[in-house]
Amino acid sequence: MARAVSTKTKVINTAIVGTLGFLVFFPILWIAILSFKTEENAIRAPLEVLFGSGWTFESYFTVQARSDYFKHFSNSVIISVGSTFFGLLIAVPAAWAMAFVPAKRTKDLLMWMLSTKMLPPVGVLVPIYLIFRDLGILDTRSGLVFVLMMMNLPIIIWMLYTYFKEIPGEILEAARMDGATLREEILYVLTPMAVPGIASTVLLNIILAWNEAFWTLNLTAARAAPLTQFIASYSSPEGLFYAKLSAASVMAIAPILILGWFSQKQLVRGLTFGAVK
Amino acid sequence: MGRIILDKVTKSFGEVEVIPPLDLEIDDGEFVVFVGPSGCGKSTLLRLIAGLEDVSGGHISIDGKDATEIPPAKRGLAMVFQSYALYPHMSVRKNIAFPLRMAGLDKAEQEKRVMQAAEVLNLTDYLDRRPGQLSGGQRQRVAIGRAIVREPAAFLFDEPLSNLDAALRVGMRLEISELHKRLATTMIYVTHDQVEAMTMADKIVVLQAGVIEQVGSPLELYQRPRNTFVAGFIGSPKMNLIGGAEAEKMGAATIGIRPEHIEISDTEGTWKGRVGVSEHLGSDTFFHVQTEASPEPITVRTTGEKALEYGQDVFLTPRPEHLHRFDAAGLRIE
Repeated sequence: MARAVSTKTKVINTAIVGTLGFLVFFPILWIAILSFKTEENAIRAPLEVLFGSGWTFESYFTVQARSDYFKHFSNSVIISVGSTFFGLLIAVPAAWAMAFVPAKRTKDLLMWMLSTKMLPPVGVLVPIYLIFRDLGILDTRSGLVFVLMMMNLPIIIWMLYTYFKEIPGEILEAARMDGATLREEILYVLTPMAVPGIASTVLLNIILAWNEAFWTLNLTAARAAPLTQFIASYSSPEGLFYAKLSAASVMAIAPILILGWFSQKQLVRGLTFGAVK
Repeated sequence: MGRIILDKVTKSFGEVEVIPPLDLEIDDGEFVVFVGPSGCGKSTLLRLIAGLEDVSGGHISIDGKDATEIPPAKRGLAMVFQSYALYPHMSVRKNIAFPLRMAGLDKAEQEKRVMQAAEVLNLTDYLDRRPGQLSGGQRQRVAIGRAIVREPAAFLFDEPLSNLDAALRVGMRLEISELHKRLATTMIYVTHDQVEAMTMADKIVVLQAGVIEQVGSPLELYQRPRNTFVAGFIGSPKMNLIGGAEAEKMGAATIGIRPEHIEISDTEGTWKGRVGVSEHLGSDTFFHVQTEASPEPITVRTTGEKALEYGQDVFLTPRPEHLHRFDAAGLRIE
């Protein structure tokens, strides 16, 4: 029997969820509002901000004029897409091996990989900074692609491993019997079957890499600086410029927000993949 | 061609030896069924022949060539899995064509062979569907289609019918037998169902704990089981196996008599007993009779018309020419 839910309960539940959703979204909304105010109006009391005058696009023009948005944007795209792409190249075969030909220590290996994510990144900042300096890859996009790929690799492998585990081994054996080489088996059978999982892994990793601030701020200065650096540059020692900072933030998060919006179906489906057979 | 020879093949998983040294010859064109209870190693044996598992010792030769080290794709064998193992993201057409595509055949040739297979298996109308849109029986036919387009040296079937319902199973059984007659290709078929084994096989291999208990034609196994395991496993309902004094009287540790080889009478006979449960199948009736000869009820098969009351006293007489005698080790005494 389906559980009966009274209208009253439905109304209350909707109200609670709606409030929670609004609370979570509010800071982003506020940033968006501030970004359309003049600097002088942006620091007024909230109600004045909301209902007062001084609506303008000025901050956006100033931000674009002062620091080239599109340069940072393209750096962000290259770093997040690049690190995810190279991560997949390593992670797909790795996850295949762990899911379908596990050895005695496979579980330990997975745990060990995850444990590297428990380390605070700042703990290895100095050695990595020195290595980057000595290799001459400080403030380069390839350096950032490499370090972000390494940072996210455990998550990519873990996610793919969980998806691959859901795929019946007999299908891969069938491919082997049908004459597929290992490469063909992974390319034509495993990968297409894991597309929902791979897609959500890709999306999640692009988002993680896009928002990653610690390494991008510490290992770049100007040339390879992505959007995180672009935002940070507005909270400068000369003082805070609320409206410009807000405009920069909106410009930085808009692309990933739009990507997330359009792919939310895929993301949710991928993240709950295999939960219900 | 598809002559397969296993020479002292063994398989161990870690410390556990699931198949002790085993020899077997399968002739070209034969329909061989591996049958045995679950866990007897029959599927492992099939996977060894397929190359999906590596042997721990011994050699496998296919058509005179040592195939022990050859990867599964190069052995020229095709396999049909219990779960069908179809590629869910491909249409039926692409599923069937997959082995041809892997073999690098040109598109026109692929299409021609797919159409041929589809016609044989009545799949022409379903070629553009995905496996998810097919019924169990249709999926099974696609799996068979994918196997036949390769024109393999031998077909390997791993319990292919166990996911189908009873009615469909009988139909598919006939289709596979029919296919074997038409293609005359070696088929190795694994099942735990002795009815499938009896009805389809040219040669049955009865396995228990990785050991071959007996190899022979269905009737050989039925009429002359080599030991009590085969005697009890082949035939439905099971052969009555009786130990104790009754067996000793006939100079054996155990005697066996099939249900259809026992006369049942109201007035006189060898063993006195009382009728228990009756099972009416229409064509036949099985009576389970409790006798003083054995603690287990003895099953008797009669024509469908025979009627006996529950609890009625009866006499059973085994036909002496059909008695099987086994020694203390369970081996047949001639």
